Amino acid sequence: MVMFWVLLLAVSILLYALLDGADLGVGMLFGLARGEATRRVLLRAVAPIWDGNETWLLVTGVILWGAFPPVYSTLLSAFYLPLFLMLAGLILRGVAFEFRDNTQRMRWIWDLSFAGGSVVATFMQGVTVGALVEGLRVTNGQYSGGDFGWFTPFAALCGVGLCLGYALLGACWLAKKCEAEVRDAAHRQIPVLAVSVLVFLAVVFVYALAEHLPILHRWIDRPYLFIFPAIGAIAAIVLARSILSHNDDWPFYMVTLIFVSAFGTLALSFWPYLIPFVITIDEAAAPQSSLMFMFWGGVVVFPLMLVYTLVSYSVFRGKIRTTTVHY
Amino acid sequence: MDMTALLLSRIQFAFTITFHIIFPSFTIGLAAWLTVLEALRLATDRPVYRVIFDFWLKVFGVAFGLGVVSGIVMAFQFGTNWSELSKMSGPIQGPLLMYETFTAFMLEATFFGVLIFGRKRVPPWLYLFSTAMVALGTTFSAFWIMVNNSWMQVPSGYVVENGVFVPNDWTKIIFNSVVWSRFPHMLLASYLTGAFCVAATGAWYVLRQEYHAESGIMLRMGLGLAAVLMPIQLFFGHLNGGYVNTYQPSKMAAIEGRWNDEKPAGEVLFAWPDVENRRNLFAITLPPPFGSLIDSDSLAAGETGLNSIPPKNWPPVVIPFFSFRIMVGCGMLMLGLAWLGTYLSFKQRLERNRLLLWATFLSFPLPFVAILTGWFTAEVGRQPWAVFEILRTADAVTPFLTTREATISLVIFCAIYAFIFAFGTFYIYRLIRTGPAGKLFESPRLAVPSRPMSLGDAGLIHEPGHAGAGE
Repeated sequence: MVMFWVLLLAVSILLYALLDGADLGVGMLFGLARGEATRRVLLRAVAPIWDGNETWLLVTGVILWGAFPPVYSTLLSAFYLPLFLMLAGLILRGVAFEFRDNTQRMRWIWDLSFAGGSVVATFMQGVTVGALVEGLRVTNGQYSGGDFGWFTPFAALCGVGLCLGYALLGACWLAKKCEAEVRDAAHRQIPVLAVSVLVFLAVVFVYALAEHLPILHRWIDRPYLFIFPAIGAIAAIVLARSILSHNDDWPFYMVTLIFVSAFGTLALSFWPYLIPFVITIDEAAAPQSSLMFMFWGGVVVFPLMLVYTLVSYSVFRGKIRTTTVHY
Repeated sequence: MDMTALLLSRIQFAFTITFHIIFPSFTIGLAAWLTVLEALRLATDRPVYRVIFDFWLKVFGVAFGLGVVSGIVMAFQFGTNWSELSKMSGPIQGPLLMYETFTAFMLEATFFGVLIFGRKRVPPWLYLFSTAMVALGTTFSAFWIMVNNSWMQVPSGYVVENGVFVPNDWTKIIFNSVVWSRFPHMLLASYLTGAFCVAATGAWYVLRQEYHAESGIMLRMGLGLAAVLMPIQLFFGHLNGGYVNTYQPSKMAAIEGRWNDEKPAGEVLFAWPDVENRRNLFAITLPPPFGSLIDSDSLAAGETGLNSIPPKNWPPVVIPFFSFRIMVGCGMLMLGLAWLGTYLSFKQRLERNRLLLWATFLSFPLPFVAILTGWFTAEVGRQPWAVFEILRTADAVTPFLTTREATISLVIFCAIYAFIFAFGTFYIYRLIRTGPAGKLFESPRLAVPSRPMSLGDAGLIHEPGHAGAGE
C-alpha cells in the first residue's frame, strides 16, 4: 500500500516536471522572443495545456499531505520562502496568459510577468531540489536551517540548471509544435541548451556522489542501477543525431527521456528516504486507515486524470498554423 | 515561539482564504444557474435562454479563473505556516483534500473544456450534461472543503496515537450532522450569491431600459429563486446554530454576547460587548426564554455564559458577535427583497417600481458580505483552537517560522492579490456593463479550455462596438 502511493507520487512529480517544465520553458524563451507575432505563436504553443499541467503540482501536494504528512509539513515549512516565491511566479505568469490580450498600452507588464514569473518559479523549484540533495539541516525532528538556509551556491546552481533544463524542454516543444521562424529559432537554441544541461547534470551527479558517500556505496553495490544514467546517455546520443538532422519531433522525446533518467537517478539515490537522510518512506507513511481510504481515489480517479491529460494533448496535437495567428 | 510570526500567519491565512472564497461562492451558484438555463432552453427552445447562457458563461469564465489561481495557494499554506497542524491532522485532512483535488478538478477541467468549445461538437444532451458536470465538480469541491473544515470545528472519528490524529471511522468524519448542516448552508449561500448577482444585473438593465427580454428573465428568476431558497437557508442557519450550541459553547456565548449562565436565557439583539469588564454596553435584550428558544429550541434550557469558560479558551468576542449580526442582517435584507420583488413580479408591477429595482441592483454585495461574515463567525469563533478543543492555534503554527519570513510572504500576497483582483473585477464589470449584446457566443480563436479568463476578452475584443453600450 505504501509503495502504491510512492509510485503515484513519483508519477505525479515526473508528469509535473515534464509537462509544466515544457511550458515554463516556453515562458522563459518568451522573454527572449522579439515581435508580437512570434510571441503570439509561443503563447499558442502552451496556452491549451498549461493549466492542466499545473494541476499536477496540486496533485503532488495533496498526495504528499495525505500519504506522507510528516514530509509535507517538514518540506513545505522548511522551504517557506522559495515556495511562496514559486507560487507568486506561477500566479503572475498564469494571469498574464489572460490579461495581456486586454490591453495594448500595458501589455509589457504582462509580458514581463509571464517571462519573469516563469523564471522565478523554475529557479525556485531547482533551488528546492538542490537544497534537498545537499540535505536539510534538521535538529530533533525540526528544521533548523534558518530563513535562508536553503540558499547555497549548490542550490543556486541547481536553480540555474533547472532553468536551462526547462528552457531546453520548451525549445524542443516549440520545435515540435511550430513552423517557420519560431521553429528555426528553437533549432538554434536546442544544441546550446542541450550541451549546457548535460554538462550541468554530469557535474551535479559527480558532486552528489562525492559529497554523500552512502549514495556512492549504493551505486557501487548495485551496479545495475546505472541503467538510468545509461539510458540518459543513449538518449543524449540520439538527441545529438536528431539535432544534426534538424528533426522536429525527436529532440522533445529524447529530452523527455533524459529528464526521466535524471529523475530516476535522483530517486534511486534518495531511496529509501523521501527527505534524504532525514525521513524514510516507511517513517513518513500515513496510518493504514488513511491509506486505505485514499486507495479508491488512487485506483479509480487517478487513472481518470491521466486519461484527461491524454485527451487534452490529443485534442491539441499537431503543428500550429502560423498563418492563422491574427486577431 | 515567535508570537509576531503567529499573528502574521493568521492574518495571511485569513486574507488569502477571504480573497479565495469570493470566487468559488460565486461560481458554484453560477454553474448551477447555467445548468438550469441550458435545461430550460432544451425544454422550451426559446433562443433568449441561449443568449443569457452565453453571456453568463463569459462571466463564469473570469470568476472561475481567479478562483483557480487563488486556490493553488491554499493547498500549500497548511504546510508552510501550519506545519504542526498539517503533521498531526495530515492523516485526516490530507486524504480529504486529496479527494477534492482528484474528484473536483477532474470534472471541472474536462467538462469546462466542452462547455467552451463543444457547443458544435457534441449533441445538445451531452452539452447539458457537461454543464451539469461542471456544476457537480464545483459542488464536490465545496463538499470536501466543508467536510475538512467541519472536522476542525467538531473533530470526530479519530484516535490520538504518538501525537498524530489517526482516523478510525471515516463514516463519522464524513457523514455527521455537522457536515450535513454546514454543507447545505454553504451550498445554498452560493446559490443565493448567484441568484442575487443575476437579479442585480437584470435590475440594472431594466433601469437602463436595455435587453428587455433578458433582463426580465434574470430579474424574475433571480428573485424567485432567492424567495424560495432564503427560508430554507434560514432553516439550515438555525441547524448550524444548533451544532455550535451543542459542541462549541464558547463560540455560542461569544455570538450571543452572553456573559453569565442563564436558565432560561435572554437574547441580546444589539450591544457593544465590553470584554474587559465582562458586560454589554447599550444592550437591547429580549427577556427569557427567547435565548433558550433560539439556541436550544426550548423554553427552559440553560445556556452557557463566557464566565463559566476559562478566558484562555475564549474567542475574540467582538468579532463573532458582530460578524454574526451582519450576516443575519444581510440575510434578512435579502429575504425582504426577494419576497417583495417576487410579489410585485406576480402583480406585474416589478419593472415599474424604480425604488425596488435600485435596491435590487445595489443588493449584489449582500450575499458576499453574508458569506464572508458567516465564515468569520465560524473561524474566529473557533479560536483559540485550530482543531476545536484538541489543538490550539498557537501550537499549530510552524514552530521555527520567523517574523521576517511571515512578513515577506504576507507582503507578496497582499501586493499580488490586490493587483489581480483589481484587474479581474474590472473585466467582470466591463463584461456585465456591456451586456449579452444578443450575439451568440463564439469561441475566440485564441481562447482555449485551460484559459478560462480569456473568455472575458472575447466579447470585448471581437465586438468593440458593444463596449460601453449602456452609457
